[in-house]
Amino acid sequence: MSTAVVTPEAVESPWVLPSKGRVGMACLIIAETAIFTIFVVAYVYYMGKTTSGPTPREVLSLPIFNSICLLSSSVTIWLAEHAIERGEIRKFGVWWAVTIALGAIFLIGTANEWRTLIYHDGLTVSTNLFGTTFYCLVGLHASHVIIGLLGLLTVLIFTLTGRVKQEHSERVQVLALYWHFVDAVWIVVFTVVYVIGR
Amino acid sequence: MADSSLPIPGALEVTSPRYSQAAILQWLNSWVTTVDHKKLGILYTLYAIFFLLVGGVEAMAIRIQLIRPNNTFLSPEVFNRLFTMHGTTMVFLVGMTFIFGFANYLIPLMIGARDMAFPRLNAFSFWVTAFGGLMIYYSFIGGYGLFGDGSAPDVGWFAYAPLTAKAFSRGHSTDFWALSLIVTGFGTVGAAINVIATILCMRCKGMTMMRLPLFAWLNFAVSGLILVTITPLTAAQIMLLVDRYLGGHFFDTQSGGSAMIWMHFFWIFGHPEVYVLVLPAFAIANEIIPVFSRKAIFGYPAMVAASMGIVFISLGVWAHHMFTIGMTSVSNAFFSLSTMLVGIPTGMKIFNWVATMWGGKLRFATPMLFCTAFLFQFLIAGLTGIMLSVVPWNWQLHNSYFVIAHFHYVLVGAIVFCIFAGLYYWYPKVTGRMMNETLGKWHFWLFLIGFHITFDIMHIPGMLGMPRSIYTYEASRGWGTLNMIVSIGGFIQAIAVLLFAFNLVWSYFYGEKAGNDPWDAWTLEWTTASPPPAYNFEDDPVVRSRRPLWDLKHTEDTDWKYE
Ligand code: HEM
Ligand SMILES: [Cu+2]
Repeated sequence: MSTAVVTPEAVESPWVLPSKGRVGMACLIIAETAIFTIFVVAYVYYMGKTTSGPTPREVLSLPIFNSICLLSSSVTIWLAEHAIERGEIRKFGVWWAVTIALGAIFLIGTANEWRTLIYHDGLTVSTNLFGTTFYCLVGLHASHVIIGLLGLLTVLIFTLTGRVKQEHSERVQVLALYWHFVDAVWIVVFTVVYVIGR
Repeated sequence: MADSSLPIPGALEVTSPRYSQAAILQWLNSWVTTVDHKKLGILYTLYAIFFLLVGGVEAMAIRIQLIRPNNTFLSPEVFNRLFTMHGTTMVFLVGMTFIFGFANYLIPLMIGARDMAFPRLNAFSFWVTAFGGLMIYYSFIGGYGLFGDGSAPDVGWFAYAPLTAKAFSRGHSTDFWALSLIVTGFGTVGAAINVIATILCMRCKGMTMMRLPLFAWLNFAVSGLILVTITPLTAAQIMLLVDRYLGGHFFDTQSGGSAMIWMHFFWIFGHPEVYVLVLPAFAIANEIIPVFSRKAIFGYPAMVAASMGIVFISLGVWAHHMFTIGMTSVSNAFFSLSTMLVGIPTGMKIFNWVATMWGGKLRFATPMLFCTAFLFQFLIAGLTGIMLSVVPWNWQLHNSYFVIAHFHYVLVGAIVFCIFAGLYYWYPKVTGRMMNETLGKWHFWLFLIGFHITFDIMHIPGMLGMPRSIYTYEASRGWGTLNMIVSIGGFIQAIAVLLFAFNLVWSYFYGEKAGNDPWDAWTLEWTTASPPPAYNFEDDPVVRSRRPLWDLKHTEDTDWKYE
């Protein structure tokens, strides 16, 4: 017996398997969801348990503009996905760049918010329980935005140098999946931290 | 030795190029840079065996200290470090890496693939894990060292708050613990993603999900469980580091934090972790028991369903580790009942294994011996587990040696036994040589006897009230003789493991040649040469049933006619 075909006749029906990239990304998203769940649970559990100020009501304001930017970036990246699928590389590049810009605006907004909180309101990780849970949850999300942006930027660079083709649409979509996830997490964070927690 | 070319007279002084420095460096390089799933599987396994020996030495040191009352072999501080490192090592550096050793090596072969789905991620996962293991052991020599002022972690493998707060845990031992487990966690998640993607996306033609070998199915389930349980641990450890480095208050009761929430977060990981370790052990038994009973596994769909059931139930029972901390009686009742529920799918599994053996032509080679012992021991472990899930019983036995005995029944009696079985079973595939049966039998019987002396007896001091994690005890408590017996059993196990390690090395050089299919098995890995060539299969295999190799050997009576 050798390293041979194992059964006598080949099975003739076509043999389709799911794409590696999508499965891998789906798994990563499941794992990340578990991390975020724990941080959200911690945030909710400690809501209102802070023993000293400042409290969320005193210092947090709704980041409406920020959130609109981030959430609409899900739409623009979806448009980009469609464009590359149809082979419209130029259109793809434009929507992709818009997505990155929107993500960057969101990050700048967060940085501004943190600066005010730290220098104006004196809220740091060690100030009180609210500070600890707030910076951890929001910071965890922000760090995912940064990672996402780095990924998107890489693709943008390859697009500008003309190396992205229609056949790469699958990979692009896998990356976009991650971006959609980061957006979805923001909806949860926004609701918990800024709506319920305030 | 059997070399094909005869030595040429006069040319003997020429140093063999096989052992030149360049050749050795190249050989090393080929292992360090490899992305081949088989080589990585071997690396994982060697790593696990190495740490099994290290963790074993730690266990022996603990047992020497406890062998008689008022012993002073170890100082209390060192004792704390040893049991912490023993638990951490066994769970994270032995159990988890054995799983991925087996999974990496076998899954592509079993499903007829040439490699894992993401070979480079695979190599990355291994080296990250390896680095994490080195890092936690570096803490022994880093800083003030083992006998100094607190470097090796000493807070228990569960690291309960507030023991881990800066005030109670000075130095960097706890940071080492958290950081290195975060690092190994990355490796683990990467490897789990790889296993899932491989099983879903790399199956050869005809290998539908319901034709997957159960080994692959269970590793698939486990990898899913890893995705949702390791990351909560990572989250909790990030919080711990935030508390320790940045002055956060997650677990700081002085400013509104809670020590209980650490327990919740830890056990949300910690309980399913038991199943992360035990399901791959089941996976091994699922391959070995049918082959050595000469029968197809009984109730394949039921086995799959039961594994999935175990995975889901295990996510909802974590607080049975916390009955004594003062939760409400409603949650105590919930967690007690949900824990008992696990008995149903596991019972189903035991039933199916017994049914597979029932009426079969049993061959008790070493792998089968280990699996048979596993069946009985797992049954008993399950029963003491049900006892512990009864809340009033738990209040009595919590944190006593009864608990230690119970979980070692699972960890050693089930998991380690199955791992040994698997190592004997697949050794010929990996090395091309059989492991020595006589030594194997000695290993089995010594280990079995040692195991039962240690862990059967250990239940008794537990019931007599001996708490876990105490570094010594008074003679008047009357635990002395029992502990002496327990320790002796431990040494017998240690001798057996050394015998095994010797067998492993000896058989590599002098073992009987194995051939492709020494056990007359049915899964795809046995169609390849032993050891398998670099790309596993010359042509992509095509399968039509759950036992492709049976079909090949019995063309007159193939399985697929009945499916
Ligand atoms: C020859 C085999 C072994 C012996 C004699 C042994 C002995 C012990 C002892 C005496 C303790 C109690 C330490 C204490 O709290 O006072 C302990 C704890 C523990 N062992 Fe083992 N062990 C063995 C193998 C294993 C294996 C194979 C695993 C896992 C795969 C394991 C996992 C653990 C864990 C998780 C703890 C808990 C540590 C803690 O309480 O912090 N052990 N072991
Ligand atoms: Cu448990």
